[in-house]
Amino acid sequence: MATPVTKIRFREPQIEMAHGAGGKASRRLVEGLFAPLLFGTSPGPLGDAAHIQINGTRIAMTTDSFVVNPLRFPGGSIGELAINGTVNDLAVSGARAEAIVCTYVLEAGLPTDVLEAEVRAMACAAEKAEVMIAGGDTKVVEHGKADRMYITTTGIGRLLSGVEISPQSVRPGDKVLLSGPIGDHGITILLARGELDLEADLRSDTRSVLPLVQALVGKAGAGVRWMRDPTRGGVATSLNELARDCGHGIILFEEKLPVRDSVRGACELLGLDPLHIANEGQFLAIVSAEHAESALWALRGTPGGEEAEMIGEIREQPAGAVLVTTLYGGSRLVDMLVGDPLPRIC
Amino acid sequence: MKYVDEFRAPELIAKAGEEIRRLADPNRHYRIMEVCGGHTHAIYRFGLKDLLPPNVELIHGPGCPVCVLPMGRIDDGLSLAAQPDFIFAAFGDMMRVPGTHGSPLEYKARGMDVRIVYSPADALKLARNNPEKHVMFFAIGFETTAPSTALTVVRAKAEGLHNFSVFCNHVTIIPAIRAILDSPDMRLDGFVGPGHVSTVIGCRPYDWIAKDEGKPVVVSGFEPLDILQSIVMLLRQLRKGEAKVENQYKRVVPWEGNRAALRAMAEVFELRPYFEWRGLGFISQSALKIRASYAQWDAEQRFSVPGVRVTDPKAAQCGEVLKGVLKPAQCKLFGNECTPEQPVGALMVSSEGSCAAYYNYEHRKPVTIASAAAN
Amino acid sequence: MDSQNAHLAVVDVVGVRRKVDLGLLLDEPPVPGDWVLIHVGFAMSKISEADAADQMQTLTMLGETEAAMQEVRGYGLENEEHDQRGQRSKL
Repeated sequence: MATPVTKIRFREPQIEMAHGAGGKASRRLVEGLFAPLLFGTSPGPLGDAAHIQINGTRIAMTTDSFVVNPLRFPGGSIGELAINGTVNDLAVSGARAEAIVCTYVLEAGLPTDVLEAEVRAMACAAEKAEVMIAGGDTKVVEHGKADRMYITTTGIGRLLSGVEISPQSVRPGDKVLLSGPIGDHGITILLARGELDLEADLRSDTRSVLPLVQALVGKAGAGVRWMRDPTRGGVATSLNELARDCGHGIILFEEKLPVRDSVRGACELLGLDPLHIANEGQFLAIVSAEHAESALWALRGTPGGEEAEMIGEIREQPAGAVLVTTLYGGSRLVDMLVGDPLPRIC
Repeated sequence: MKYVDEFRAPELIAKAGEEIRRLADPNRHYRIMEVCGGHTHAIYRFGLKDLLPPNVELIHGPGCPVCVLPMGRIDDGLSLAAQPDFIFAAFGDMMRVPGTHGSPLEYKARGMDVRIVYSPADALKLARNNPEKHVMFFAIGFETTAPSTALTVVRAKAEGLHNFSVFCNHVTIIPAIRAILDSPDMRLDGFVGPGHVSTVIGCRPYDWIAKDEGKPVVVSGFEPLDILQSIVMLLRQLRKGEAKVENQYKRVVPWEGNRAALRAMAEVFELRPYFEWRGLGFISQSALKIRASYAQWDAEQRFSVPGVRVTDPKAAQCGEVLKGVLKPAQCKLFGNECTPEQPVGALMVSSEGSCAAYYNYEHRKPVTIASAAAN
Repeated sequence: MDSQNAHLAVVDVVGVRRKVDLGLLLDEPPVPGDWVLIHVGFAMSKISEADAADQMQTLTMLGETEAAMQEVRGYGLENEEHDQRGQRSKL
């Protein structure tokens, strides 16, 4: 009996860098090629982690790869990103990371002490995040084929009680919360590459957001509709995905967006928008109006959440889009990132 | 941030908005062109159109150097750099601009050494640090950027760095404004004058617009208050039936311009007899090329350039949008075949191109958003 | 100011620092403490503190001149004035 051939909707002839940037192109690739072939007929909206039932127990599972240049940067390194990234994906899906396995793809010629430093960093991050590293795998590829090292981590976790995340539960009137200042990580990396001859006292914000998520869920679990960690593509991309998935509009108040002066300054100089810059230690939460105030205070009262802000709200219009308003009544739409954020001159 | 935050103060912006509403004659429909791409971007980014009464209309002009670059020049530049051991260096703005066979970023994906630089000096630094390679800097920009390219070429000569050249696409702003005013379809009441070009050329070059064409010009800064104040100043002139050149951006723009910058430009550049502008056709004396005395650093004099002429697809109405005759949404390709992800014309690629700005910031805003924003 | 390359200086914008070329301002070189407009890594112009303050003053007073004039007219101390639309201004 012939099995039907699943057609893919992805039409582009080759893979470009933009497909990995976390914005529209990435979404096209995932939704148009991976999802139809791997996830069955109707995968539903794609979240940060998958929730699976095994013998009546619901567990969350996620995976992520880490490719960063340079490997070490102010505030962290690839080893920490690899742990925190997966812990965070689980956390924002409403789960506590229990165990992680990791794969290292190493480039031949990589100095051992560089590898050691990253493995130590990973161990340290895992201890801080209270997650066990259960195993791993290593491969070595020829020189020139792996940008020094690539790390993939896969994590499983137990669902936190009292919270049920779904974009469909988001309603007009809900509030948008953000755990802290945005843009730190992406700009730190951009500057650390040394190509732009800019210097700033900035560090990556990489950290586990689980304690903050737990504080939020503990206080307002019933009102938490949706969460996400805005990594590649930034807040704008994450919220555009939500807007598309829930069908409502998201209004952000520009004056409420927490952005450090140095990030703002670098973005002004380079013509970038902080809303499109990657973060590795923050998360967004949509919380019902009744719970929003106490949720915000729960975050602010938790170490690391002092700069949390209520940055916006859900409205019916503009349906499916994200709008940023200014104090003086001006507004602009903010779309997902198209490719990589490119410095703008003119 | 000093000199930025004050010019974004909400109360002052509100005041400026009120003054504009007070000054605008309800029986008139004002059409004001902002020439410079940086102003187009600022207007959209700060949502300034929301603050203007419906009878004050802002028309976007052709002051976007990426937008007016013909595709053939991109093809030429990329084919020059396709030689082994070449590094193609350009500003971030250029990286996604499509040539016939792809954009610089796409060429990079196919193996060409393409680097983003923030300054022509960075490109020279690349040459210094990579003596075995040749660095070709794809230069674009109006008179704002040209002096920096000029100074970099002077330094290259002084240092005797021969593995560096410039593919020069610098253009000048006055011929573009003239082309707009000569266009029969255009009716304009005044101009928001380019802010940064004017730091170099000063305010005198706009005299003819006021004297001969009878249109007021206000040279403007880029913060919300700057642009709004410039509109206030234009409306005041129009109310009084005046037409003169004013400098709103006094804190930065010297009336006489920057002599050192003009000297640097004169040292290295001369005017081309004519140059093709995307959408505007051939305009004489409108672009710069490198003088023979610096031939060694001119990619066109040193290497042979194919000189490809590529016409835009017939359906693309970049020219009319550039001249302000059509609004972006009125182009047949807008939002369908031509989007920021698959741009057909440069106006959709460059973040200051009116089409990209409109698409990214505005076009899906239903009218009800104005009230949503106000709530 | 960089001593090796006399035309280079370090510029600071809210903690973001960049080497900037002063080659276009040699006629009136800026000194540390001055603010400059930078474009593609080159300083293009010095920012005049006096002009900026002047401008802020003008902006702050926007609308106040008109408001003051309306008040004065309301006193009836001068002949009624007609604005361009031929209507009398009223308080």
